[in-house]
Amino acid sequence: MQIEKNAMAGTLESSDAMVTVEPAETGIELEISSSVMNQYGRQIKATVLETLERLEVTSGKVTVVDKGALDCTLKARVECAVFRSCEKSAAGIPWGGVIK
Amino acid sequence: MIKRPTPERFRLRRTMMFMNAQKPGLIKDAYIYGCDSIMLDLEDAVAENQKDAARFSLYHALTTIDYGKTEVIVRINGLDTPHWQEDIRVCVAGGADGIRIAKCESAQDVKTVEAAVEAAEKEFGVEVGRTLLMAALESPKGVLNAYEICSASDRMFGVAISGGDFRKCMQTKFDPSGIDMLVARGQMLMAARAAGIQCFDTVFTDLDDNEGFEAEVRQNKAMGFDGKSLINPKQIRLVHEVFAPTEKEVLQAEAMVSAFREAAAQGIGVFTVNGKMVDVAFIPGAERTLKLAKACGMYEGDLV
Repeated sequence: MQIEKNAMAGTLESSDAMVTVEPAETGIELEISSSVMNQYGRQIKATVLETLERLEVTSGKVTVVDKGALDCTLKARVECAVFRSCEKSAAGIPWGGVIK
Repeated sequence: MIKRPTPERFRLRRTMMFMNAQKPGLIKDAYIYGCDSIMLDLEDAVAENQKDAARFSLYHALTTIDYGKTEVIVRINGLDTPHWQEDIRVCVAGGADGIRIAKCESAQDVKTVEAAVEAAEKEFGVEVGRTLLMAALESPKGVLNAYEICSASDRMFGVAISGGDFRKCMQTKFDPSGIDMLVARGQMLMAARAAGIQCFDTVFTDLDDNEGFEAEVRQNKAMGFDGKSLINPKQIRLVHEVFAPTEKEVLQAEAMVSAFREAAAQGIGVFTVNGKMVDVAFIPGAERTLKLAKACGMYEGDLV
């Protein structure tokens, strides 16, 4: 998928994360801030990058403000933001396909 | 991916706690509270512009979090919204045990949902018939059509009333005596029993009114409800206490079931236990008491 326009998903509540995606020319530019950066920063980064790779997103600026989200929440927020950026988040989601 | 066991159509459902599927802080450890079922909500708790995000969140919760023995039901959006079909797809793909149909008004509503569920089961390679259904009656029309709704599908395990919407339609408000909902509760209970499915009461929304809550739960039990919808974990314990059988009831039920089995083997149909006449008609009730007692930790025998 390609990030087509700015989109956001998630909240700043505890156990959640707010993910923003913006189009970019080349490559993934990832910015993470987290309330648990020291303990989990590396894992958050890995989960976000894995999710983007699964969605075949190769370029874009991705900002994650993490409030202690579990991996499954991070995945859900990244996926939703990317699908929103393509206006494809409302129906026909490939559950169990690229979303897994 | 968590593979949930095949849902049981008839199981203990004393407490069914609502939680917003869009809030990770709530759904990540919902099983620790010990309610019989959790109800992940895609409907009213989720704002109109967050329906998509709630589904992504729900899918990953269903496939990642081990809810153990807690049943996982999802409340989908009404059939008059643009959301319900995608809601059904995500429920089935994620392996939810059941789906609650909001604002159900006719057997046709149940059949419409059933057709979409079956299509989703085929799409996602889920065994056809696995996903259970329950209906929420929220309007006078729904209550009047309760029997046709309850008997509309083999997937139906229960029916619940939604007090907020129903009172709005009836132009009444909450009354501590329950008079505002008496006819609706009674009609729905009779329809559910006639169709052989379970019946659940509405939520009690004033979390500070403990006496009012207890009075309502006791009335629910006296009327014959199987359980109650809840909005807060602190409501669980009281419902389990009120719905638990008394020690005397458990002993009597145990005596009846074991005496019946012995008598039946000897070809005797009617006999007495502790001075009370017992025949086959009493046995399903006694067995239900023992099952309930087992779930409450009051009975450890092997009769059920």
